[in-house]
Amino acid sequence: MVEMVSRPYERAFEKHALANPDVLCLSADLTSSCEIDKFRDNHPDQFLSLGMAEQNMMSFAGGLGLAGFRPFIHTFGVFLYRRPYDQLMASVAYPRRKVRLMGFLPGITTPGGMTHQAIEDISVMRSIPNMTVLETGDATEVESICEAADSIDGPVYCRVLRGSVPRLFDTPIEVGKMRELALGEDVLIVTSGITTEEALRARAALEGAGVSVRHLHLNTIKPFDAAAMLDHIASVRHGVVTLENHVTEGGIGSLLAEIMADHGVGKRLVRLGLKDTYAHGGSRSYLMKHYGLDATALVAGVERLMGADFGIAEADLTATRIEAVHSTVKAEGL
Amino acid sequence: MPEALRRNDKSTEEVALGIRRRVFEHAMRNNGGYLSQACSAAEQLAWLYNEELTLGAPTLPMIPKPFGGVPSADNPDYHTGAGYNGPAAPEFDRLFIAPAHYALVAYATLIEVGRMAPEGLEMFNKDGSSVEMIGAEHSPGMEVHNGTLGIGFSTAAGLAWGRKRRGEPGRTWVYMSDGEVQEGQTWEAIAAAAHHRIDNLYAIMDVNRQQCDGAMGSVMEVGDIGAKIEQFGGVAVWVDGHNLDQMREAVKTPHRGKPLIILANSSPFRGMPTLQLRFPRLHYVRFKSEHERAQMNRDIAKSLGVPQVDYGQTEGK
Repeated sequence: MVEMVSRPYERAFEKHALANPDVLCLSADLTSSCEIDKFRDNHPDQFLSLGMAEQNMMSFAGGLGLAGFRPFIHTFGVFLYRRPYDQLMASVAYPRRKVRLMGFLPGITTPGGMTHQAIEDISVMRSIPNMTVLETGDATEVESICEAADSIDGPVYCRVLRGSVPRLFDTPIEVGKMRELALGEDVLIVTSGITTEEALRARAALEGAGVSVRHLHLNTIKPFDAAAMLDHIASVRHGVVTLENHVTEGGIGSLLAEIMADHGVGKRLVRLGLKDTYAHGGSRSYLMKHYGLDATALVAGVERLMGADFGIAEADLTATRIEAVHSTVKAEGL
Repeated sequence: MPEALRRNDKSTEEVALGIRRRVFEHAMRNNGGYLSQACSAAEQLAWLYNEELTLGAPTLPMIPKPFGGVPSADNPDYHTGAGYNGPAAPEFDRLFIAPAHYALVAYATLIEVGRMAPEGLEMFNKDGSSVEMIGAEHSPGMEVHNGTLGIGFSTAAGLAWGRKRRGEPGRTWVYMSDGEVQEGQTWEAIAAAAHHRIDNLYAIMDVNRQQCDGAMGSVMEVGDIGAKIEQFGGVAVWVDGHNLDQMREAVKTPHRGKPLIILANSSPFRGMPTLQLRFPRLHYVRFKSEHERAQMNRDIAKSLGVPQVDYGQTEGK
């Protein structure tokens, strides 16, 4: 059974911030929702409450960066780019300020519906010059995200998981280095964030059906070195399946498509994720099933790629974790 | 540590007149320009640069370098245009020109106070030049991008907070325009500055009541800016934007724990009364006919006490 870690960000941020006096903790009225409420209470000198005013917060953080500080902005991912996009561009990204954008509730990991679900954030952030994009997929990556983000000479956007987070890996994020989770030769599965856990669920069933799976987990989405990925693509017979907690335009599916087209790779690519649609409010497991972001969808994607029917049923997949919408590790269901 | 630049020998009134003359000559030769901003802002920018700001000697060449590329990991030599205001040393003040559309006026100011060569203005809006029409980070005297209005005060608040925390005595100043108060971010920024007691933050706002579409009252009424600033937690002081003594007094207003914003009531025709003919389209004055251009040339030259500008009108027209 997978180990569940409670509130890994809370401890990781405190440890990193206390060791780095130029790190500042910024919050926009979602302090407990971003697991920095204890930090606020225990280290008020390093904490700035900027209210429900993200446009000002973004430019303000740019000014802090100009003064040599490294602000970590904490809010839900959507609020880091939808409302303050102009400020993100002019005050943070263009001048390469060392602002660390900690985006909580990536994709459909919130029951908050359209207004709370950052489903196109990677697409937006990838297209911003000077921006680095990181995504956490387990507790160990959350525990190492502050150090990884703070090593970047410029702005960085991070998709951060919160609450009760499974531990899948035992080594910290190394920026720019993908995780090779399986090295099979039939199909390449590329995942990031919470979809990696789904791929792990599907893998045993696929292997049982005789499919040799190569599985890569991405925690660094930009910048991206295509060379290693090309080797992996060349190592499989059939092609590539991507599964992302994001729309299929502009995220890791597009990233793979760009790499393959740029290098004339004549293999098929199946991109799974939100297909040109918004989601609505609901539990994570419901949303992942409803919108085809789960292990079942991945199996179907592999079948489509290989033109086969493995007869894998829901019951054949490794058991899913059932998460309570409201639990003690979250301040609010959002 | 470079020594603070000795103030030039000109009076602030002379600097203000010089700003209007340079912008006028530039606009005549280029068939248009930001004339009304020179009219409203000249005394304010002259006062800041010639009297109020404590700035070091320029660190960049008098004749601006060409555009050197945008910030990127591959452009290690990138720098902003802030060096025309001197080094970013703890004891010196910093200035952001929040309405980057005032760039032409700001460049003229740099020339008048001896921080940039007159040749710099010849590069205005020329391809490959750093002396851009809308002041960019790399343009002379600029340190951050403010081309989208309403973001300057926020950035300055963050910088000022950081400088205060580091114990730097230098102040952070923002040159603002009244149109920016239509942007909600301005009010977010004032509230944030007050909440965090950022009182090393100063602004002077050119209240000329004009914006791109015309008179602000016709575009979107903003009410009593001063009262609103006070309500949001700042300290506001009204002055006549062409009266230097009032500015000199206003900056002494106590504002412990709050940002100080000087509201400079100004006229967009000041020094060039014939511009009234163009009301309400004053944001960027492009001459509509040769007749108008000639008339403006004649009238404004007379108002400013300079010869008419030879913009080629005598060559066989």
